[in-house]
Amino acid sequence: MDKRPQPDPQTCQRFAEEMLAYALRAGADGAEVVVRDGTELEVKVRLGEPELVKEAGSRALGLRVIKDHRAAVTYTSDFGAAALQDLARQTVELAGLAEPEPTGDLPGREEMARELPDLDLWDDAVLEIDVAEAIRRAKRGEAAALKFDPRVTNSEGAIFGRVVGASAFASSAGFVGSYRGTNVSFVVEPVCDDADGKKRNGYHWTSARFRSALLDEEEVGLEAARRTLAKLGSRKVTTCEVPVIFSPDAGRGILGQLAGVSSGGAVWRKSSYLAQREGTAVASPLVTVVDDPLIRRGPGSRPFDGEGLPTRVNIVVAEGVLRTFLCDVFSARKLGRKSTGSASRGVGGGPHVSTSNLILRPGTTDPRDLEKVDRGLYVTDLMGFGFNGVTGDYSQGANGFWIEGGERIFPVSEVTISANFDDLWKGIDGLGRDLDTRSSTQCPSFRVAKMTVAGT
Amino acid sequence: MIESSLVAPALTSGPLGQIDAAIAEKLLATALSSGGDYADLYFEHRSGADYVFEEGRVRTVGRGVVLGLGVRVLRGDATGYAYTEELSDARMQEAARTAGQIAASVATPGPVAIQTLSVPDFYPVLQSSLDVPGADKVALLRRADQAARAFDPRIVRVEASLSEEWREVMVVSSDGRLTRDRQPMVRLGVHAVAEDGGKRQGGRSGAASRRGMEQFQRAGQSPEDHGREAARLAVAMLHAHEAPAGPMEVVLGPGESGILLHEAVGHGLEADFNRKKTSNYTDQLGKRVASELCTVVDDGTLTSARGSINVDDEGFAGRRNVLIEDGILVGYMQDRISARHFGTVPSGNGRRESFRHEPLPRMTNTLLAAGQDAPEDIVRSVKRGVYAKRFSGGQVNISNGDFVFSLTESYLIEDGKLTAPLRDVNLIGNGPEVLRKVTMVGSDFQLSDGTWTCGKDGQSVPVGIGTPTVKIAEITVGGTRAG
Repeated sequence: MDKRPQPDPQTCQRFAEEMLAYALRAGADGAEVVVRDGTELEVKVRLGEPELVKEAGSRALGLRVIKDHRAAVTYTSDFGAAALQDLARQTVELAGLAEPEPTGDLPGREEMARELPDLDLWDDAVLEIDVAEAIRRAKRGEAAALKFDPRVTNSEGAIFGRVVGASAFASSAGFVGSYRGTNVSFVVEPVCDDADGKKRNGYHWTSARFRSALLDEEEVGLEAARRTLAKLGSRKVTTCEVPVIFSPDAGRGILGQLAGVSSGGAVWRKSSYLAQREGTAVASPLVTVVDDPLIRRGPGSRPFDGEGLPTRVNIVVAEGVLRTFLCDVFSARKLGRKSTGSASRGVGGGPHVSTSNLILRPGTTDPRDLEKVDRGLYVTDLMGFGFNGVTGDYSQGANGFWIEGGERIFPVSEVTISANFDDLWKGIDGLGRDLDTRSSTQCPSFRVAKMTVAGT
Repeated sequence: MIESSLVAPALTSGPLGQIDAAIAEKLLATALSSGGDYADLYFEHRSGADYVFEEGRVRTVGRGVVLGLGVRVLRGDATGYAYTEELSDARMQEAARTAGQIAASVATPGPVAIQTLSVPDFYPVLQSSLDVPGADKVALLRRADQAARAFDPRIVRVEASLSEEWREVMVVSSDGRLTRDRQPMVRLGVHAVAEDGGKRQGGRSGAASRRGMEQFQRAGQSPEDHGREAARLAVAMLHAHEAPAGPMEVVLGPGESGILLHEAVGHGLEADFNRKKTSNYTDQLGKRVASELCTVVDDGTLTSARGSINVDDEGFAGRRNVLIEDGILVGYMQDRISARHFGTVPSGNGRRESFRHEPLPRMTNTLLAAGQDAPEDIVRSVKRGVYAKRFSGGQVNISNGDFVFSLTESYLIEDGKLTAPLRDVNLIGNGPEVLRKVTMVGSDFQLSDGTWTCGKDGQSVPVGIGTPTVKIAEITVGGTRAG
């Protein structure tokens, strides 16, 4: 039977080169093309029965053209030669609506990547996972959670998913390249009934580029059940100022927000409280933050950036001192410097700064020792937005555990934690050795000496 | 966070015009050939454009088109789903077969007699904004930029953007229903940054609706209005004070505060969570879940509102659904699967982000009905509290009902008067508890004109929110100033 072919980098690259030629022929001074092709399989099992089986493939092409220093960006999912030629003409025409901005010109030829590292992002074994296996594994993981304790009474389900993708990029500044990657993930979310009529949900998850690196699904289910049960009896605490310990799951959001205000785009737009702070202390001396796109099998690894520049390890914060902003070509030019190779490029928009594998380097402390405080809050997860990058004001909803005498005394919900971001990062006085490498934003447990907890 | 795409010809002349009942019938037969008990097809053609204006010039112009088919097959409560953006026979048949895998037995479905149903028209549009010359839109952005800069010398940076979308959808189901809709959207947004003696602050204003260019001629919706409002907010919050921490009386201003209803009750009343008994409102129908002052409605029929839908993404007409009446829970928001479970009819709330997504029960425009109190009396009644005016968003935990929302403009209330502006802060509460503490409801109902986008299970859909001025006797304010 006629089946859709699996994503292939060479095919993507041929389309990218074809489109680049059309754009230049249509009169563009310069052009960049990104092509993405991917397939997904998602299976959700709930209370032992399949609830959703989703399987499909999708591909799209994005084009950016520069004509007389004016830029336009378009995208399509129609790969017919006639459609692509039409799009090339329309995009060049569209650029006439923009106004000249030489800062937006393509990177210089000398900046482009020459050799692409092999980052080992593809696992054939991921492709072998079929619907039947995904259902079997999801059932097994969910069943482990449901059997663990009679107080686990319900389930939001267990989701097993895999994605397979290929990506190509071509630029008239002198680059063409492609790569492919796989990812597989599993999450279980049990529900317990609490005494006051409330329900408590919790979850645990695993994710990896290689099938062999995925945690066993029963282990995931059991840990999900443990985490959910631990929330039974959650309550508020009295408003106070105490040390706050972030789990790696909760800390990830805080680290991601730091990356947002360290991005060249936010800085030149005067939308970061860190503007003009390069070379100064912005965090505790314990803090070193790196963006490393070159980790083999890393969830956020990439062999070249969204403008065809070589990727490289960037140290953003070294022992508390802000070393560099992460820049794409545009923001680098605005700030009078060179790109750090940190551009990413979606199909639907132009290049922008994004992190790859953003890592808060772990310390040497046993994470349990971070909890050795008289009174404090251990945060397991955060809720809501509540970060203003311009001022650094930070306030989010939090769940976790109340600590007294170094011990977790009871679970906490419906409180907020707040601080100015500058105080938060400078106030880090403990760093765990438990780096969590499951996601592309990675941190260990860490402790902030003092934050405001608002409750009753 | 708005994903924009863009432009299309009239309803039956675009790519979807070539899809007829005969093609649909063949696909539905394939979809059900493995023994599914229901199937539907969702064809989507979406065109969009974006304009970004910064540093006094148009920086980029973007445009794109998305076309695709999603096939869904149900077997009991289980869903099989597949999609394709290539509308060739082979790919559409492959998607239908793949979605059908959810069923394991072999069936020989009978032929489907497909009938085209008429749908209401809650957002009449004479002309898609996409058919208007791009230069007209650039002119709007320039006006917004100038108004923001002219507002105050402390404004040091302005960014204005406009996006537009025209989406055509066609839903065909194996119970023989065929519906078509076209769904316009225009959005304008302005972000201004103010600077004063080393202090810096940002302000945003924007609006979106299912209209064409006429949106910008409406009262309060000109580019100048939004430019000035973004600038006003940035300047007003420049010297904001530390917000208090702890439980306080809070007055929610009209319009945007409707985010309270969206988070505190809206999500919890989506029928899927109640069917699965994972919502804290499970089995509460007919019971008191809010103060008797509260009547909450989800209304997909408001003229040209961002969250309105003529027909939902399962082919059911948009409706006005009362969820809570005088504090009593009277209904959930239903999609097809949940309606069957509850033995009721779909309520026009089955929505999806795109052809790549299965439908879920979702909100449209979620509102708190007006009450009796004069808004100024509500503020006057507070000795010490917080007045909340503008928000950036919120989130809820469906299971336990805890929700947060984030304030970007708020003021301290002292002795019945607004005093110091407060730094960005979150409010946190528990849905049912907070709604029982609603002690005053104003007569000044307002629909927010903001660009609200709701996320659930990784799917984003446009929604509306609205409320009159409301007083909450106690809710936790998450500031930095304890005591």
